Amino acid sequence: MTTVPRGPADRPMSPHLTSGGMFALHWRWHVTMLTSILHRVTGAALYAAGLIVAAWAVALASGPEAYGSFMALLGSPLGKLVMFGMSASVFYHLANGVRHLIWDAGHGLDLKSANASAFGVFGFTIAATLAVWAIAFMAGVV
Amino acid sequence: MSFRTPLSTARGLGSAKHGVGHWISERVAAVALVPLVLWAVYSCILLAGVDYDGAVEWIGSPVNATLIILTIAISFFHMQGGVRVIIEDYIYGHLTKAAALMLNVFVCGLAGALAIFSILKVALGGA
Repeated sequence: MTTVPRGPADRPMSPHLTSGGMFALHWRWHVTMLTSILHRVTGAALYAAGLIVAAWAVALASGPEAYGSFMALLGSPLGKLVMFGMSASVFYHLANGVRHLIWDAGHGLDLKSANASAFGVFGFTIAATLAVWAIAFMAGVV
Repeated sequence: MSFRTPLSTARGLGSAKHGVGHWISERVAAVALVPLVLWAVYSCILLAGVDYDGAVEWIGSPVNATLIILTIAISFFHMQGGVRVIIEDYIYGHLTKAAALMLNVFVCGLAGALAIFSILKVALGGA
């Protein structure tokens, strides 16, 4: 007879939110996990960006009046907020997409590199977003 | 001579052999979008500073018209593929999933076609 416990209960059960009691998390946040989730979130957000670009093209083809209204909407405070979010999403998805392409080529998959490139992606996103809006401000277009 | 049954041979052939082509086409689109999207961001700043006439004139340049059409076409292809994976991951019902996948294709196809036709109309002097 054996008293060694065995079975599924001994194994890590991830991502099982509440087994083992309320709020007993079996996982913790990892930066690589965050980058993965954000890639999907920004990708979904950029779906809306694609539709905005299509609406811009249709407005342009519809004449000066429609184009003026559309650009006024984009230039409104809400429009600018959306544009800011879209620009951050573009840069994040772009940088993390390149990270994925490097992984697809078989490089940088070890934990240390993956963590380092995650912070590289965050740094690029913040720097590029701020740079673009600084350029837009200096050019006087926002 | 082979002792394998035809069924065994068919099973041994593995997948439908379309998976790799699909995977590669997604990567090709992603690589193409890297320079195109950087150009598009630059163009957004440029276009934010001009009025209707400026935008029409900008589209009138063959290079701008071609690059924006490529950006839109490849982006919508990429968007469709990305959201397809999200739907496949999170929607379990057979009919709901099929409907969502179709809606995704139709939205991307319609928006992409509208955008490209509009660009061509302006670029070819119809505005």
